[in-house]
Amino acid sequence: MEFVANIDGMELVYKKPQTLTDTPMHYCPGCGHGVVHKILMEVINEIGIQEETIGVAPVGCSVFAYDYMNIDMQEAAHGRATAVATGIRRVLPNKYIFSYQGDGDLAAIGTGETIHTVNRGENILMLFINNGIYGMTGGQMAPTSLIGMKTSTTPFGREASKMGNPIKITELIAQLPGAYFVTRHSVHNTAAVRKLKKAIEVSFKYQKEKKGTCFIEVVSNCPSNWKMTPVESNQWLEKNMFPFYPLGDIKVPKS
Amino acid sequence: MANEKGTSETRLMKGNEALAEAAFRAGMNAYFGYPITPQSEIMEYLAFEAPKHPDVVILQAESELAAINMVYGASGAGARSMISSSGLGISLMQECLSYMTCAQLPALIVNVQRGGPGLGTIQPSQGDYFQAVKGGGHGDYHLIVLAPASVQEMVDFVFDAFRLSEKYRNPAMILTDGAIGQMMEKVTLPAVGSLPKIETPWATTGKSHTRERNIITSLYIQAERMEKHNLILQAKYIQMQKEVRWEEIRTNDATIILVAFGLTSRICEKTVDLAREKGLKVGLLRPITLYPFPTSVIAKLAKSAEAFLTVEMNAGQMVEDVRLAVDGKRPVDFYGRMGGMIPSPEEILGQLEMIAEKLQAVPVLKE
Repeated sequence: MEFVANIDGMELVYKKPQTLTDTPMHYCPGCGHGVVHKILMEVINEIGIQEETIGVAPVGCSVFAYDYMNIDMQEAAHGRATAVATGIRRVLPNKYIFSYQGDGDLAAIGTGETIHTVNRGENILMLFINNGIYGMTGGQMAPTSLIGMKTSTTPFGREASKMGNPIKITELIAQLPGAYFVTRHSVHNTAAVRKLKKAIEVSFKYQKEKKGTCFIEVVSNCPSNWKMTPVESNQWLEKNMFPFYPLGDIKVPKS
Repeated sequence: MANEKGTSETRLMKGNEALAEAAFRAGMNAYFGYPITPQSEIMEYLAFEAPKHPDVVILQAESELAAINMVYGASGAGARSMISSSGLGISLMQECLSYMTCAQLPALIVNVQRGGPGLGTIQPSQGDYFQAVKGGGHGDYHLIVLAPASVQEMVDFVFDAFRLSEKYRNPAMILTDGAIGQMMEKVTLPAVGSLPKIETPWATTGKSHTRERNIITSLYIQAERMEKHNLILQAKYIQMQKEVRWEEIRTNDATIILVAFGLTSRICEKTVDLAREKGLKVGLLRPITLYPFPTSVIAKLAKSAEAFLTVEMNAGQMVEDVRLAVDGKRPVDFYGRMGGMIPSPEEILGQLEMIAEKLQAVPVLKE
């Protein structure tokens, strides 16, 4: 049975952007990925760069990003998204290019690529989704897992003496001269979503002006692997993740 | 300089530098690399000549891993792309080469081999044969592999490798070694623009409103789709077999056939002369493409010749493919040096004399 909504005579307040495909997303209920995908595609639609944008998807939960984003995309090997983005950037100097990576991809196996891509000041947008866990493989420790955090590979909690400390990769890359705009956001409430949307918009503006690397971290949740309801996961996020990964701009262009 | 465009020219050049100049002339759009002996001259030459080619991307990456993934990105965006390295660096690239074959991306991969395993030596070797022709990374795939035996072929095969890799949308490798990379010979360089640019409607250049979005991926999570994609790739490898190339020297009346590729084939050419002077009927089969491999040519020679001797600068790698081709019909011996050592024509002649003695002791029946 097909459900057809009768919207005759009603005011249209929101429409799915044509930059999103009709493919139902595979993300778990309450996961931040779907929201980030949506607002990224909204921005691309609103500023009218669908035909000029190439995205790079990672290995991890967002490995299928290209199923949902109605733009040209490349799927990179684990950790190599920004190397792939560099290759595209260098041969297509006037297009808009973004990479989309999780914490394991960007801050563990791809650390070398992350640092050197920013150090070269590659004129791309790097979107970094940090939920402190490996989601796709079933909840193992991530480089950004907090101390004491229980994961499937740290069942008794992460201990700094054995497993090292969570890495603040965003603060780290902000030190590099190639980083033009570095900021940390979240999507746990509507106000936060609006702020992230603005950051994405301004990043594409900087990209058009060929300013260098724009880097946006999104501190996000993983209800399934954190073993919480979506609401609980957002509360846990505020209480535990934000104190260690404080939201806000880390490096802004000198005006 | 005056000949930069339009015409071919003859120069005395080092193998690595000739290959790099050929890449410019073959219309390469992008090169990504990482320094490693004995092939660093390739990127050095490209960097030095770069001002003459302002539209060509030349980028030194932070690692071979990053460099090959830059090739993936550039090739996926429709650029004629290239990378070069030696054994260790090529090992690091294997994951991405597997991705590229699955995602059907063309590119030129150059391996100027050095002695291994491990950190090994910087001296020439042919120890990466298995890695080059059997896939090298995970899953079922092949690279197209060309083995030059001269500086001239270092030039010519750049054009052939780009052409074949683009025709089949599969990476192609030039498998050479430190000796050919470092030696100087006279070469004729083809004119700039003599390799036409191909159409790349599959490339990610921005989704125009006139077409569906392009996706470069090697991920097919459903088993049925992954098998179907594998069957498409395998059908392509069957198609590639017709690209097989080889060279035969005095095989017509040969009793013993030497089989050798690259540098060792040149040494074996000298051995054929020495053997003939001694009255031994020796010929040489030189596979030019290592994948596809001239299996049927060897099978045919196994009908006329009485024995084979495969000579390689490794512990015996191509000899396995020669034995598969000969299929037990004739004895196939192997002689090899390793670790950067190069066999002399006289050493190989000694091996031939031993085989000839054995053949006289045990006459082989002609089919």
